[in-house]
Amino acid sequence: MTILLSVLIGLGLFFIIGYSARAGLRVTAPAQYKPTFRDMPLTASFGLTVIVFYIVIAIFAQAIAPFGEGEVMGHQFLPWGSPYYLGTDKLGRDMLTRVIYGARNTVGIAFATTALAFFLGSVLGIWAALGGGWIDQILSRFIDALMAIPELIFSLLLLTIFGTSVLTLILVIACVASTRIYRLARSVAQGIVVTDYIEAARLRGEGNWRLIWREILPNAMAPLVTEFGLRFCFVFLSISALSFLGLGIKPPTADWGSMVRENATLITFGDVTPLLPAGAIALLTVAVNFVVDWLLYRASGLKE
Amino acid sequence: MEKPLLLNIRGLKIEGRSGDTWHTIVKGVDLTLHKGEILGLIGESGAGKSTIGLAAMGFARDGCRISGGTIDFDGIDLRRATETQRRGLRGKRIAYVAQSAAASFNPAHKLIDQYCEGPVIHGVMLREKAETDAVELFHRMRLPNPAMIGFRYPHQVSGGQLQRAMTAMAMACRPDLIIFDEPTTALDVTTQIEVLAAIRDIVSQFGTAAIYITHDLAVVAQMADRIKVLLRGNEVEEADTRSMLAAPRADYTRSLWAVRSFARVKQPPSTGRPIISVRNVTASYGAIDVLKGVSFDIHAGRTVAVVGESGSGKSTTARVITGLLQPKKGEVLFNGKPLPASFKARSRDQLRQCQMIYQTADTALNPKLRLRELIGRPAEMYLGLKGKALESRICDLLALIELEPAKYINRLPSELSGGQKQRIGIARALAAEPQLIICDEVTSALDQIVQEGILKLLDRLQGEFNLAYMFITHDLATVKSIADEVVVMQHGAVVERGSKAELFANPKEEYTKLLLSSVPEMDPDWLNRLLAARSNNDKSGRSTHSSV
Amino acid sequence: MNRIWRIIGQRLLLGVLTLFIISVVIFGATELLPGDLASQLLGQSATKETLDALREQLGLNLPAPIRYWNWLTGFLQGDFGTSMATKKPISELVGARLVNTLFLSLYAAALAVPISLTLGVLAALWRNSIFDRASNAVALTAISFPEFFVAYILILWLSQSGFFPSMVRITEATTTLNLLYMAFLPALALTLVVTAHMMRMTRAAIINVLASPYIEMSLLKGMSPMRVVLRHAVPNALAPIINVVAVNLAYLITGVVVVEVVFVYPGLGQLMIDAVTNRDIAVVQTIALLFASAYVLLNLIADVLSTITNPRLMHGR
Repeated sequence: MTILLSVLIGLGLFFIIGYSARAGLRVTAPAQYKPTFRDMPLTASFGLTVIVFYIVIAIFAQAIAPFGEGEVMGHQFLPWGSPYYLGTDKLGRDMLTRVIYGARNTVGIAFATTALAFFLGSVLGIWAALGGGWIDQILSRFIDALMAIPELIFSLLLLTIFGTSVLTLILVIACVASTRIYRLARSVAQGIVVTDYIEAARLRGEGNWRLIWREILPNAMAPLVTEFGLRFCFVFLSISALSFLGLGIKPPTADWGSMVRENATLITFGDVTPLLPAGAIALLTVAVNFVVDWLLYRASGLKE
Repeated sequence: MEKPLLLNIRGLKIEGRSGDTWHTIVKGVDLTLHKGEILGLIGESGAGKSTIGLAAMGFARDGCRISGGTIDFDGIDLRRATETQRRGLRGKRIAYVAQSAAASFNPAHKLIDQYCEGPVIHGVMLREKAETDAVELFHRMRLPNPAMIGFRYPHQVSGGQLQRAMTAMAMACRPDLIIFDEPTTALDVTTQIEVLAAIRDIVSQFGTAAIYITHDLAVVAQMADRIKVLLRGNEVEEADTRSMLAAPRADYTRSLWAVRSFARVKQPPSTGRPIISVRNVTASYGAIDVLKGVSFDIHAGRTVAVVGESGSGKSTTARVITGLLQPKKGEVLFNGKPLPASFKARSRDQLRQCQMIYQTADTALNPKLRLRELIGRPAEMYLGLKGKALESRICDLLALIELEPAKYINRLPSELSGGQKQRIGIARALAAEPQLIICDEVTSALDQIVQEGILKLLDRLQGEFNLAYMFITHDLATVKSIADEVVVMQHGAVVERGSKAELFANPKEEYTKLLLSSVPEMDPDWLNRLLAARSNNDKSGRSTHSSV
Repeated sequence: MNRIWRIIGQRLLLGVLTLFIISVVIFGATELLPGDLASQLLGQSATKETLDALREQLGLNLPAPIRYWNWLTGFLQGDFGTSMATKKPISELVGARLVNTLFLSLYAAALAVPISLTLGVLAALWRNSIFDRASNAVALTAISFPEFFVAYILILWLSQSGFFPSMVRITEATTTLNLLYMAFLPALALTLVVTAHMMRMTRAAIINVLASPYIEMSLLKGMSPMRVVLRHAVPNALAPIINVVAVNLAYLITGVVVVEVVFVYPGLGQLMIDAVTNRDIAVVQTIALLFASAYVLLNLIADVLSTITNPRLMHGR
């Protein structure tokens, strides 16, 4: 019953937010972008709104949160009610505060990791596609082999060896994620490298640096941007999974994955509080996926 | 005697979607077709001819919709009919032959399975009967080994054979009407003849009506009883084939005829040291030799046309000259001095002297760069121009290719038409101030009237800058209008070379003769005469052409 | 036919090579440590004697290639070494759990593959319909949920109301039927996540093929939409679909770790998490190599199958 009810409420919110965001965008968008937003699906406008909401929460976490991030307020596992609107956790810290700070910590770390992975993967990938020859062969074979180790398993192995701190977590996940980005960047760049305009630029005697920056990168941006969204979801879910397993971001830093782990016992008593941080993770990933899906659809639709 | 009416289309309107808006691509076309009659639909790209052909089957592609008019097929209103009714007609009473048979056969199934699908599903005949029938039709389409060819997969059969197999498949249910959508456009000229002859015979044997869609007037002249000319979704004129060829009424139709009127002024024989001299070049991809001892020269101010069918090695020769492919044997001399084999080893000046224009301007221009940078970059790089000097050079170049500088300098390639893009390709080559420009099929992706403009421009520039052109093409009409000398290639070797006048008037090699005689002429009796002449040759004991 | 055997032979060789590289990476990773394993384990306060003793015990005084060789040959013979945390032989720890994990993965696969392929084909057939849009949105949502979120929702919903147990205890007396019942929730959690991926990718593979000219041709031959999809599109989408299935079955391996922890399922994932927490490197290496081998094997099977379904490769010119 509760589940059915929450699904209904969720759907209702989805439609309200989606519709109003789309209507708002249609009115406020500059003239040349108006057609873009006119046929925007509800999922995409909902996704955009949610992403903006998260960014605001993350930036102004300190101002919004009623208490301090690690402040112990008193009793453990207090039920919902004023002044602890979502109750307290197993150490007696305010849940709402920790969920808000989680936006900053979890999302921030995931974003930094994705950015690092992206830089590594796309630079290497484009470079390999442009260079070709044995460098490309060796690098690609090696990365293929690395990709044959399941991502989570590989991360677990590396974390065992290097220990679990936030910095190693970022580095390890970034390395693992960059293998996929390398693949994509390389194949996109390979498609561009064989075109006549790159051949013309090569025959003109252009150097590699100019080829990458002026000729290849501008044409590779669209697929790379959507890939950034997908990779962010993946990295975000991986970090949350590791934190949930107790191997990622550690307390007292407020983090959604480890919050679920710490308070999981409540679930067996039918209390949904520990699921809130998990829901926060799910909501952001859904939002990003909705937007990426829209971008992908537009990219494939405009080709025809 | 008027035959009974089969297809009657009135006021047909079709809309296509681009982005969020619908715009009309067919603007109220009427079309009538009687039983057993062949109607030619002719027009340039964007004329809406394929769209009309599909509409005759009550079909609109994704992103298109039939928005007005009536389509009456033998008393059935195709627009009002249910989808099931239409499906029952398609393949059974109205069949379709697509442009590229290689892409239109399903790669996962044998030819015979795809052939039998129609007759069996439509309940025309049982599988066994359909199979024997297939052999009979394959035989009539003059396919080699008709009993066995059906048991092959599409990738095991050549393009010309697939096109004939597809015509046989269209004939499987003995339809009343077949739509031929550019069935020979993707084929080489020598192959085209055989497919044309086979299609014409089988259609007349079964008395099938047909709509024959093409952009090639000479081809449609061989096939159609009547011709309808289309331009941007409107009918221009319609007439009997012979009367239209003899006396076209509309200006547009006359301009289609006039396309090849352009001919380069005859140049005196070239003398002195050639700019480029290809010496005995043999090259290979992997183990297969794709060029075998190719030699020819190109002189300043002259155009050398390199002609051949697909796979003859003409583009590979260009790759060797530009240094993208290193030859196994032989060398390329530039003004008498050997060029380094790889472009990487060439000096900036050597790179500058030899520029290239590509077949598809779409892929040859970086879509994210503005014309300013596309054209300006070679001038900046090779000639060291900067600031004001560069700006004025770019404007001069745009003026040279007849584009208004102020209007175009900041545009992206996507904001240009096909012909304009190709002009930018030319300007980019000119910007380097080269001695040789290699033109790789530069006109074959363009409409005929646009081609004419490009050829004239190239000719004018050649005179102004004393340029040498290497003109790669498969189109002999283009050769006739622009070349000074001709090099004929086949299977990676030079078959024959000589001055244009000499080679066209008096070809010495069998292959050259075959190639020249295969080019369709604007004469309804051309195919008949050619087939008669060839069969006489056959009777006299020698085959002039291999079976394709 | 010779060609196909040569291609399959190449794929097999490549698979073996990949496994070799993986084993080097997994083994070599420990060599990246500052200092060595023994000093890592004992910390800075360790005396030289205890360090030497531990090095002796772990065989760390031998050169790396020899240790690698011993490790690999041992692994191939089923001798995985000893766990540092429990002092038990690893093969003993792994044995039963390996079977449990395989059982759970196959259980989830048996549910997920038929469901997702059917849904994918239907979504492609009715593309741009309400069904397609709704299933796409639901699938995207399911993909976006962390596995533990899905698992806890299932517990909250199906286990709180007493339909299924939220924990899995396997004893000698557990029958297969009983096991199927107990493992239903973890299998369902895995299925939900994997189905969404598989369905979307199947749909994409088929729609990609639907743009081909031969699809238009079959429509113009008067074939029904169902026949066009099943007879003309699916055979040409087989290779990508097979790969989709392989990728997702391989994904199950990863997903299994989290789901096993939530449901306290006695499988390899649980064991691995414990080992990572205790930094029991030998155990982690063993399980990583087992998971990676399964992954490589799956991809290899997919590769060979998609080669066989390609008529261009099966039937030479």
